Amino acid sequence: MTALVLLEHDGRTIKQPARSAVAAARKLGEVHVLVAGEGIGAVAEAAAKLPGVAKVIAADAPAYAHGLAEPLADLLVALAPGYTHLLAAATASGKNVMPRVAALLDVQPISDISAVVDADTFVRPIYAGNALATVKSADAKKVITVRATGFDPVAADGGSAPIAPAPAISTPEISRFVSAELSKSERPELTAARIIISGGRGMQSGENFHLLDAIADKLHAAVGASRAAVDAGFVPNDYQVGQTGKIVAPELYVAVGISGAIQHLAGMKDSKVIVAINKDEEAPIFQVADYGLVADLFKALPELSLALENLS
Amino acid sequence: MKLLVPVKRVVDYNVKVRVRSDGGGVETAGVKMSMNPFDEIAVEEAIRLKEKGLAEEIIAVSLGVAACAETLRTALAMGADRGILVETDAELQPLAVAKLLKAIVAKEEPKLVILGKQAIDDDMNATGQMLAALLGWPQGTFASRLLIEDGRALVTREVDGGLETVSLALPAIVTTDLRLNEPRYASLPNIMKARKKPIETLTPAALGVDPAPRLTVLKTTEPPRRQAGVRVGSVAELVDKLKNEAKVI
Ligand SMILES: Cc1cc2nc3c(=O)[nH]c(=O)nc-3n(C[C@H](O)[C@H](O)[C@H](O)COP(=O)(O)OP(=O)(O)OC[C@H]3O[C@@H](n4cnc5c(N)ncnc54)[C@H](O)[C@@H]3O)c2cc1C
Ligand SMILES: Nc1ncnc2c1ncn2[C@@H]1O[C@H](COP(=O)(O)O)[C@@H](O)[C@H]1O
Repeated sequence: MTALVLLEHDGRTIKQPARSAVAAARKLGEVHVLVAGEGIGAVAEAAAKLPGVAKVIAADAPAYAHGLAEPLADLLVALAPGYTHLLAAATASGKNVMPRVAALLDVQPISDISAVVDADTFVRPIYAGNALATVKSADAKKVITVRATGFDPVAADGGSAPIAPAPAISTPEISRFVSAELSKSERPELTAARIIISGGRGMQSGENFHLLDAIADKLHAAVGASRAAVDAGFVPNDYQVGQTGKIVAPELYVAVGISGAIQHLAGMKDSKVIVAINKDEEAPIFQVADYGLVADLFKALPELSLALENLS
Repeated sequence: MKLLVPVKRVVDYNVKVRVRSDGGGVETAGVKMSMNPFDEIAVEEAIRLKEKGLAEEIIAVSLGVAACAETLRTALAMGADRGILVETDAELQPLAVAKLLKAIVAKEEPKLVILGKQAIDDDMNATGQMLAALLGWPQGTFASRLLIEDGRALVTREVDGGLETVSLALPAIVTTDLRLNEPRYASLPNIMKARKKPIETLTPAALGVDPAPRLTVLKTTEPPRRQAGVRVGSVAELVDKLKNEAKVI
């Protein structure tokens, strides 16, 4: 059994969720990884160092420069005959590409697995994580996306795999990349952060998120948000944590002015330690919080910021 | 152009689902069912395209048990023109849904199919991408903006790092994200009018598709439950606990 992992990267480094996908693949057998993009030499080198990777396939071509699903899916389908399992992290990119691959192979994809039982059997959360389904696939080939929080990422170093070029294939140009507006931040990414502090509707404005930024800076934390905060335009869409946003499980998750709707809990309830700051003592977020502080956030956050300053 | 909008009947998003005590799935008896929220957004987007004069007809499709007709009525009351019910008691997984939708696309020849990005019951986030693959069409998933111009669809997508815009040749597939629009409520007169709009009923057999599931659910379990923790009386106590008890800062 050999598994192929589509390795997500930003042109320079391998994304942490991709290393979790490699960890999941290692439970299945030999692991090869695919690095696709334009000018990806350095990323392919980095991929070769991932522990447990037996081979890196590098697809360096303009068609893959922006990670469009159509050419990437065709490439994976071309490589598929050599593999029993095709995997990617369940990120926006993985979720975009892998179902397309599955359909082209006449396979039912297995989305967002949180555990591997055996080569055919996997656990995946359904209903916003309110139930866990153990599913067995009858397909000869499995196409899988991996919930990164379910698998500790493999280390960035330790291996030395050979790098081979991918076959050249062509896809009709039915889609074109136009532009990207990516949020710039010096902070860690939500899906890789050890500490996350998130704000909800209770923050009242985007400006007030500076109160969270001040604390995030002290804790080297990422900043997240509820859907309500994103919908209200306080912060960009990529801050959203939840069933339909990002799934995170940091060491410490601090929810500020967030009520704790099931859809939000779905994205963070596997965090190791949860703190809730909310002025409503009945807020459902307190049912999952290890430490709950009933307080007005506009009073509590400056105090917290000061207390952290004194700590260091 | 014609627009096709698949709408799924799911457990309402406000319901806290419970795993059945025999481990055979979740309790759905007596539970409120609604249109998948992302599909409401899809219907709304289709109606806006029609209101802008960019589309002539909106066809809503639902696949599943006979009660999916209610979901279609909701779409018709919002403003879809007619409905197609693919009726079956069989469990439908995204591959089967995509094949059935492909057969309907062959009959109706829409220029655009707008789906939800994710059904909130199975949380698969797969059907739109799969339909695109089966048709050989381009896909604009997780859309927060959709423009039709020069015979192409310009789709702004919510991606992990922010936003990305792609230009797709038509016909194409679009899947909706939360920020695409705010769906309207159906007015009472429109609910009345919707009763007279036609719904055609088909079966998987009539569409020549074997809907047999490829994934078997061996068991369904409750996720590990979190213990509710303690209340702290002050910020100072919180910081102390985080540092000395939880040791996370
Ligand atoms: C299909 C679908 C998908 C969804 N996906 C997601 C998702 O991925 N992520 C997500 O988060 N949500 C999601 N939601 C939305 C979810 O149902 C809730 O509406 C949302 O999480 C609420 O956000 P909130 O807690 O910030 O706002 P609210 O529920 O309005 O809560 C605000 C909280 O702030 C507190 N507060 C107000 N002022 C203060 C103050 N001064 N000090 C302290 N506390 C204060 C209030 O007591 C309240 O508890 C989804 C919904 C649907 C239908
Ligand atoms: N049984 C169904 N009937 C109608 N539409 C469906 C059905 N299943 C899936 N869809 C469509 O596919 C989208 C994504 O579903 P999924 O891939 O299951 O998460 C939904 O938002 C619907 O638009």
